Amino acid sequence: MQPSPTRDLVVGLFVLSGLAALAYLSIQVGGMAYTGPGGQRLYATFEEVGGLRPRAPIAIAGVKVGQVAAIDLDADLRARVALDVDRGLRLPVDTSARILTSGLLGDQFVALEPGAEEEFLADGSEIEFTESAISLEGLIGKFVNNAGLEEKDKK
Amino acid sequence: MSSIQTLGFRTLLLVVHLGRLGVFVGRLARASLAPPSRIRRFVAEVFDVGVLSLPIVCLSGATVGAVLGFQSYVALARFGAEGSVGAVVGLALIREFGPVLTALLVTGRAGSAVAAEIASMVQTGQIDGLRMMSIDPMHFVVMPKAWAMLFTLPLLSALFIVFAIAGGYGVVVHLLGLDPGTYLTSLEDSVDFHDDVMQSLTKALVFGTLMASISTYRGYTSEPTSAGVSAATTGTVVTASVAVLLFDYALTTLWGV
Amino acid sequence: MDESLRAEFHIAFDGVQLSLGRRSVFRGLSCGFVRGQVTVVLGGSGAGKSTLLRLIGGLLRPDAGTVRVAGQEVSRLPERELYRVRERIGMLFQGGALLDSMTIFDNVALPLREHTDRSPDEIAAEVNRRLADVGLPEIGDLFPRHLSGGMSRRAALARSVVMDPEIVLCDEPFSGLDPLNVRRIEALLVDLSRRRGLTLVVTSHHLASSLRMADRIVFLVDGHAVSGTPQDLLRNEDRRIVDFLAAESDPSFDVARSADERAAHGAAGRAGA
Repeated sequence: MQPSPTRDLVVGLFVLSGLAALAYLSIQVGGMAYTGPGGQRLYATFEEVGGLRPRAPIAIAGVKVGQVAAIDLDADLRARVALDVDRGLRLPVDTSARILTSGLLGDQFVALEPGAEEEFLADGSEIEFTESAISLEGLIGKFVNNAGLEEKDKK
Repeated sequence: MSSIQTLGFRTLLLVVHLGRLGVFVGRLARASLAPPSRIRRFVAEVFDVGVLSLPIVCLSGATVGAVLGFQSYVALARFGAEGSVGAVVGLALIREFGPVLTALLVTGRAGSAVAAEIASMVQTGQIDGLRMMSIDPMHFVVMPKAWAMLFTLPLLSALFIVFAIAGGYGVVVHLLGLDPGTYLTSLEDSVDFHDDVMQSLTKALVFGTLMASISTYRGYTSEPTSAGVSAATTGTVVTASVAVLLFDYALTTLWGV
Repeated sequence: MDESLRAEFHIAFDGVQLSLGRRSVFRGLSCGFVRGQVTVVLGGSGAGKSTLLRLIGGLLRPDAGTVRVAGQEVSRLPERELYRVRERIGMLFQGGALLDSMTIFDNVALPLREHTDRSPDEIAAEVNRRLADVGLPEIGDLFPRHLSGGMSRRAALARSVVMDPEIVLCDEPFSGLDPLNVRRIEALLVDLSRRRGLTLVVTSHHLASSLRMADRIVFLVDGHAVSGTPQDLLRNEDRRIVDFLAAESDPSFDVARSADERAAHGAAGRAGA
C-alpha cells in the first residue's frame, strides 16, 4: 500500500466519473434541472386537464423546459397544475399555458407560449391565461352532432 | 440432534452472530470518530475496491443494459409500445438492477478480497502485532476498508446504470432501429429524481453498509487458520449477497409506501 | 517463591490458570521475570510458551490468578488501558508479523509515526539507525515477502525496540533459522539487554542458545513453572527436565524410555486408544 501520485490521480478520476454519472442521472435523466434548487415553480388552473399526468413534459416551441409536478383540485373544483420549470427561464406575466397532445394519439403535455409584457413571472406565481385540453371524444361528438343537425336541416 | 433442535440451534446461532455483528459495527463507528483520519489508507482502499472493480462493473453494465433493451423492445413491440423502451430500461436499471447487481458484483470481487485480506492478517499475527504496538487494528485496518466500500458503491452503481443505459441505446437504436430521440426522451420523461434516483442512491448506500460490515466482520473474527481464511471469504459472499437481496425487498416496499 | 525477589520482579505471574478450548494449559503458574535480565522460557511444544507471552501482553486473559507487568495488573485491565501498558513493551512475534502491505522502512517507522510527533527526517534517521543496528542497513525499500526468515526476524526486532520499551518479548526468535543466524540474533538480543538494561523474555526450545544467553530460565512443565538460573536447571533432578535437556545433548538418549513418552503412553492406555 505504497503512496503513489499516479494511484491518487486514478482514484480522483474514478470518483469524478462516478459523481458525473450520478449528476447525469439526477439532473438530465431524473429531471433535477427543474425540481428542487435547479428550477422554479409556477401554477396554472385548467377547466379540464384530460390525460395530463405528473411528470408530463412542459415545452416552449417544442423544446422541453420542465415537467408537471402535481395536479390537484382547487377550492373551485378546477384542476390546479404545478409546473416545475428551469430556473433560468424568464416568462412574461401574460404567458399562456395550453394542454396539447403530442401527435394525434400520444401523451399530453403542457405547451407554454411566452407573452409580450416586460414584467416576468416570479417563483410560485400563477399563469393567468390557460386553455384546457381538447378531448377527442368531445370533438367527435360535436362533429357527429353537427353533421346530424345538418342532415336535419337539409331534410 | 433432531431437526427441530437443529433448527432452533441454528436460529439462536444466527441471533448471536447478528448481535456480535452489531457490537462490531458499533466499535467500528466509534473508531471512525477518533483521530487520525487515515485519508491515505482510505484513498488506497478506494483504489482497491472501486477502481479495480471498474472493468467488471462497466462490462456487466453494458451487457445487462443491452440484454434488457433487447428483451424489453421485443416484449413492448407486441403492444406497439416500443417507443417506451427507454423508460422501461431506465426505470428497471435505476430502481433495481443498478444497485442490486452492482452490490452483488462488488461483494463477489471486493467484499471477498477485503475479508480474505483481513483474515490472513489475523492468521499471520499482524493484527496482534498491531495491538502490541498500541495501534488499534479496527482503526488502522478495518475502518479505511469499510468506509471505502460504503463510499464507492453508490459511485459504481451510478456508473453501472449509465453504462447499461448506453448498452440499451446501442442495441435498441443501432440494432433494432429505434429513433435515438425516442429512447432518450422516454427515459428522461419517466424517471423522477425523488422516486427513482433517490431510491437508487439510498439502496446503494444501504448495500454498501451491509457489504462493509459483513466483509470486515467476517475477516476480523475468522479463525487464524487457512480454513478460517477461506471460510471468511466464502461466508462473506454468501451472507452479504443474501442480505442485499433481503434489504432490497424491504427498501422497495418501504419506498413504494 | 522468595518474597524478597518478588519485589524485584518486573513481570510476575501468580497462580495463573488458563484453558484453551478443552486443553488446560496452566494450572497454577507462578513465576517472575527480573528487571534488566534475560529470561528464557523453555518447555516442550504445547507447554504454553507463546501463551505465556500473550498473557504478559494482555492478548489473552487468565481464567484465574494474576499477571502483573511493571506493577499493573494486566489480567483485568480494559483494552484501552492495555494500550498504554503496551507502549512500554515491544513484541517480536514468531515469524515476525510484519505488515506485508508496507515496506520494511514503513514497518519500522510505524510506531514512531503513530505515537510520536517527530518530523519525517527524524523518523528516517531513527529507522535507518535501527535497521543498521540489526545488520540490515540497505533493505528499507523491500517488502517483507522479499526477505529471508532471518532477515525478516531481524527487521521485526528493529521494529519492536524502536520505541525504546522497557520490556521486549520474543516468541521463538530462533525457530527455523540456521546456526549462523541463530548466533546473530542471540548476539543482538544479549547486546540489547546489556546496553539498554531491557527486560528480555525469550521463549525457545533451542537449548544451546538458551543456556548461553539466559540469566534466568523458566521451565514450563505440566502447567507449572520451575524457575532458576541455568546452573540450577542443569542440576535439577525432575525426570522431565532431565529428559528434556538430555534429548538435545546426550547422543545415547533413548526417547522410548523418557518420562514424557511413558506419560504419553499411560494417557493413551487410559483413554483406551
